[in-house]
Amino acid sequence: MIRFENLRKRYKQVEALKGVSLRVNEGELFAYLGPNGSGKTTTIKILTGLAAASEGDAWLNGFHIERESIQAKRQCGVAPQSINLDNELTVRENLDFHGKLFEMPRRERVQRIHELLEYVEIADRINSAAKALSGGMRRRVMIARALMHSPRILFLDEPTVGLDPAIRRRIWSLVKKIQQSGTTIFLTTHYIEEAEFLADRVAFLDEGRIVALDTPQNLMEAMGAWALDRVRDGGMETFYFRDREEAQKHIAEYQAGFSLRRINLEDVFISLTGKKVIT
Amino acid sequence: MSGMLAIYQRELLILRKRLFRQLASMSVSPLLYLVAFGLGMGRGVSVGGHSYLEFLIPGLVAMNSMMQSFAIASEINIARFYWHIFEEIQAAPIRNISYITGEVLAGITRALFSVALIILIAVLSGVSLSYNIYFWFAVVLNSFVFASLAVGLAMLVKSHSDQALLTNFFITPMAFLGGTFFPVDKMPEWAQYILYFLPLTHASKAIRAAALGDPPTFSSYLLLASLGTVLFVLAFHCVNRARE
Repeated sequence: MIRFENLRKRYKQVEALKGVSLRVNEGELFAYLGPNGSGKTTTIKILTGLAAASEGDAWLNGFHIERESIQAKRQCGVAPQSINLDNELTVRENLDFHGKLFEMPRRERVQRIHELLEYVEIADRINSAAKALSGGMRRRVMIARALMHSPRILFLDEPTVGLDPAIRRRIWSLVKKIQQSGTTIFLTTHYIEEAEFLADRVAFLDEGRIVALDTPQNLMEAMGAWALDRVRDGGMETFYFRDREEAQKHIAEYQAGFSLRRINLEDVFISLTGKKVIT
Repeated sequence: MSGMLAIYQRELLILRKRLFRQLASMSVSPLLYLVAFGLGMGRGVSVGGHSYLEFLIPGLVAMNSMMQSFAIASEINIARFYWHIFEEIQAAPIRNISYITGEVLAGITRALFSVALIILIAVLSGVSLSYNIYFWFAVVLNSFVFASLAVGLAMLVKSHSDQALLTNFFITPMAFLGGTFFPVDKMPEWAQYILYFLPLTHASKAIRAAALGDPPTFSSYLLLASLGTVLFVLAFHCVNRARE
């Protein structure tokens, strides 16, 4: 379980987090959404020990991240936004180094490396240098590395950024598989459909504050079911409707330049903040 | 302890992967100095009753052990700024003291490799020196000082170019002024006073005395050990500060 209360982070003049509180339940796949610069990565950095909070407290499975930092770090695995594999080392050596950092015995490390590389479907590249892998393979190796010490919590910071749609879907099924094994997953993304597809609950973060928190379904249902986009005076306006019939009455007024579609999480975010999620 | 070993073993693994390149690069500058200053300029010159080559080689040992142990800063910076591996280490359940100890040990190991190369070059040049326990102790202390300094500074700099700047302003001048190529006691008194504050002056003095079979200069050992300890503690604080 992840819990944080009144988390604040100031960088000189900028306040990146403005008193954020949240509780993520055990086994939950939680998506933390927001545009670039909204404070998503800052939150993960604080929770994983890479940054110190200016104010507030946080616990990972009951261990305080500052006062019991060693125990707290043992609870979680992290796959950060930027690829941070050791390029000169092979896939096996990268995972082995992680295992050593987490004090895993040699035999357990060897066994776990093989298991995980099978799991993320990259076993045939075990002896390849990290620099020789494609972007999608590197992401999968990073996820395998984060799982190396069998953490109960997994932080995935933008795990599919820069990947093509097919690889992205492959990562999604991997993330689902990890959740099914009982791991709590805290996912940040600015790909809205990623959260919609994967998450049990989502929080929208905007300018360092949580502006909405619920299941994707509840957030979307609160807005309606159908969205009508209409091009007008060079811009686009969107109307939301409870049912299709109601939307079709509106369509009858237009001749062209409109599209009717299902409401998605991005509509929720735009209506809450007036911003697009993908920036 | 296991965290420290993990850090140390990673650095050794990287060193092993680049062994040929590293050994070549470690031997270039001592070879050049040896040819230019020792065989070229220094032929027929004697210092304190020893040939210039006998005087120069311990100085090169001091200089190269300083440079190679300090070079760990570049490795740390590459890991921090380019590959972001430092984040992986920060997120791991290891104490900062383990991280620093692992990196400092890696710096000392690099220095010992470079010293072994210089000894090989010296033997091939027909120079006979004493590589006794005092010699190796002084080399280790010198490397301890500069590896600790390297870890601390690597945490303070904001980019890899800052690191290069520090090397150009502090390490390179020290390499030339710290008793490597000439005896410090032949300098004007005011200059000697300034050079006395350079750790490399004391390292050169201790390494040279041991290599030439002179009595050990315990004050130099004490000074290097104390300075190394202070820099190690400062490195610890710098690693703590490296968190955002």
